[in-house]
Amino acid sequence: MEKRVTFRGWLLPLCLIAPQVIISVVFFFYPAGQAIWQSLFIPDPFGLSMQYVGLGNFEYLLSDKFYRASFVTTGVFSVLVTLASMIPALFLAVLADRLIKGSGVYRTLLIWPYAVAPAVAGVLWLFMFNTRVGVVSWYLGQLGYDWNHVLNGSEAMGLVVVASAWGRISYNFLFFFAALQAVPRSVIEAAAIDGARFWRRFFTIVLPLLSPTTFFLLVVNVVYSFFETFGVIHTITSGGPQQSTTILVYKVFADGFVGQDLGSSSAQSVILLVVVGLLTVLQFKFVEKRVHY
Amino acid sequence: MKKIVFGALAAATTAMSPIGAYAQTEVQFWHAFTGRLGELVAAQVEEFNNSQSDYKIVASHKGNYSETLNAGIAAFRAGEQPHILMVFEVGTATMMAAEGAIKPVYEVMAESGAEFDPDAYIGAVKGYYTTTDGQMLSLPFNSSTPVLWVNRDAMEAAGVDPDTDLSTWQNVDEVLGQLKAGGEDCPLVTAWQSWIHVENLSAYHDVPFATQENGFAGLDTELALNGEAQVAHLAKMGEWAKDGEFIYTGRRNEGGANFRSGECALFTESSAGYAGIKDEAEFDFDVRPLPYWEGVGNAPQNTIIGGASLWVMQGHEAEEYKGVGEFLSFLSSTPVQAKWHQDTGYLPITTAAGEATREAGFYEENPGTDVAVKQMTANEPTANSKGIRLGSFDQIRGIIDEELEGVWAGDKTAQEAMDSAKERGDALLRRFEQANK
Repeated sequence: MEKRVTFRGWLLPLCLIAPQVIISVVFFFYPAGQAIWQSLFIPDPFGLSMQYVGLGNFEYLLSDKFYRASFVTTGVFSVLVTLASMIPALFLAVLADRLIKGSGVYRTLLIWPYAVAPAVAGVLWLFMFNTRVGVVSWYLGQLGYDWNHVLNGSEAMGLVVVASAWGRISYNFLFFFAALQAVPRSVIEAAAIDGARFWRRFFTIVLPLLSPTTFFLLVVNVVYSFFETFGVIHTITSGGPQQSTTILVYKVFADGFVGQDLGSSSAQSVILLVVVGLLTVLQFKFVEKRVHY
Repeated sequence: MKKIVFGALAAATTAMSPIGAYAQTEVQFWHAFTGRLGELVAAQVEEFNNSQSDYKIVASHKGNYSETLNAGIAAFRAGEQPHILMVFEVGTATMMAAEGAIKPVYEVMAESGAEFDPDAYIGAVKGYYTTTDGQMLSLPFNSSTPVLWVNRDAMEAAGVDPDTDLSTWQNVDEVLGQLKAGGEDCPLVTAWQSWIHVENLSAYHDVPFATQENGFAGLDTELALNGEAQVAHLAKMGEWAKDGEFIYTGRRNEGGANFRSGECALFTESSAGYAGIKDEAEFDFDVRPLPYWEGVGNAPQNTIIGGASLWVMQGHEAEEYKGVGEFLSFLSSTPVQAKWHQDTGYLPITTAAGEATREAGFYEENPGTDVAVKQMTANEPTANSKGIRLGSFDQIRGIIDEELEGVWAGDKTAQEAMDSAKERGDALLRRFEQANK
């Protein structure tokens, strides 16, 4: 099945992979190496002096109970964001796929939110849920529910999850929709003739056929929730109330750019790198086995 | 290598620039102001540039306070730092500790020969930016202090005499109960809770916020904010929060919107909130001094400032530092300062500017604008009230905010919260001490 191309000599293949290798080295390996190197020091912000502390920064971090708690917060946050961005996306894609007329319009409208930058999305949601002037919190108040994410940790978590997942639904929708279009009609029709109803067809045929896409999106969304959601958190809660929305990547930012503590910030990046690396390995090892290509 | 390339580029561009703009020395000034404040800074710069032909100040906006400080630090690391960098008051210790990166203002002024009299500056303002032996390190630029804003209409609507004495928290406590009973949904709201209700509370009652003269006397300072005076005040605020007499809206100045819309009766906020409140409020308002607890510490001592100062960075030519000196001297001159004070609501940095404003009748026309000045200058600052100089202070404030939220939510007692804030803050202070050994 697999196609293999054989090159004569080394020059052409090297040239072909060079751009990717160069980009990886410049934008990934070099900064990652820098972070690992810096995590062994406590530098002053201006780069005037550096003190070698070995693994001191890691020791300092791991003995901080707030840092350890931040792992749990990150876990909860990532699971929620991944679920909240993938399930509605799949649902919408299935609905849009069933449309005969006007699916183009729906598709376009559903993709729009992806164009909104995370920080801007954060501000939009913040306005809607503002405890005093927000539209949604006003309606909730009418229903007798006192919305206050400024003091209530679970409400704050809910709000940042929704704000982070919202734009992501579009992205996931796009992939699910394309994958659905690729499901062979003949298989579905055969099942329909055998008397399988829609939901049965969906769970036994469509969903397994979507598994490569689902797996890809799972990996991508977990990485997203780990690294790219910091703009949303920064604009909505700044990690509060108390520490209920301080996820790992937000703490990297806060320690590095608010606290000017580059040693701790680098050590945190290294830890984050390891965590996400492990997570991806685990996903490939255990989840991928259940993927049918 | 990088420096050489940049140097060569700079030389090339200078050589190519038209000779018409003869030997003017450029001075880079990075600041954090936008909107109206940004326009006022631009006007000051323009006035200076037009007043002489030797130097040209180039002002650039670099984002908010934190972003401006980060931009300055990153630029220094790349060898392209500006001459003058605006740094907010919580960044003071970071700048001070970076001896190789900054050039103290007293040194700049002495070398440049520009007019400079350290005694002309208001003690409580310059104290924040001065060493314990009296040397000015950075030039105070915009300074404000917290005061109490009163919505007179809301007081009246709730059946409380708007002229009630609100000078002590004891009185405020009673008034809050009356406001609540009178149907007021938002009796008290605040901005910048740590700055006002912990830092300034400590200074105002002359109790330490941190050891070693609030950090002025050394990097081996520890927080002392879990003292009796602070805990008692925060416990009381916790009770108000529980009874719906104090409404928490957020860590920054979110409460301003609630007060300006007329929703809240009392508001503790910076004196620099004046322009915004005057602009938007459709009700009768008063400015009162920040309340204090009668009988606690030496209250009322004096409150401390917030805002920013101008730091001069190392690594430039003597000729350029001369321009810096001239510009700083210009900013401190009485007419410039008086205008700045009147336009912005920030405190004047010199005594003369305050007097000129009074003589011009400004305080009579705008009642309440002198409350902050009086409150700041009522007493000679003590070791507890001249300011706070802690490393990682921005983050320590974040910790205090988190712990206070625990109190407002009823999850923690004030004592537990402040003990925890001390423990966490001290850990950061030890790291800062280590980084700047």
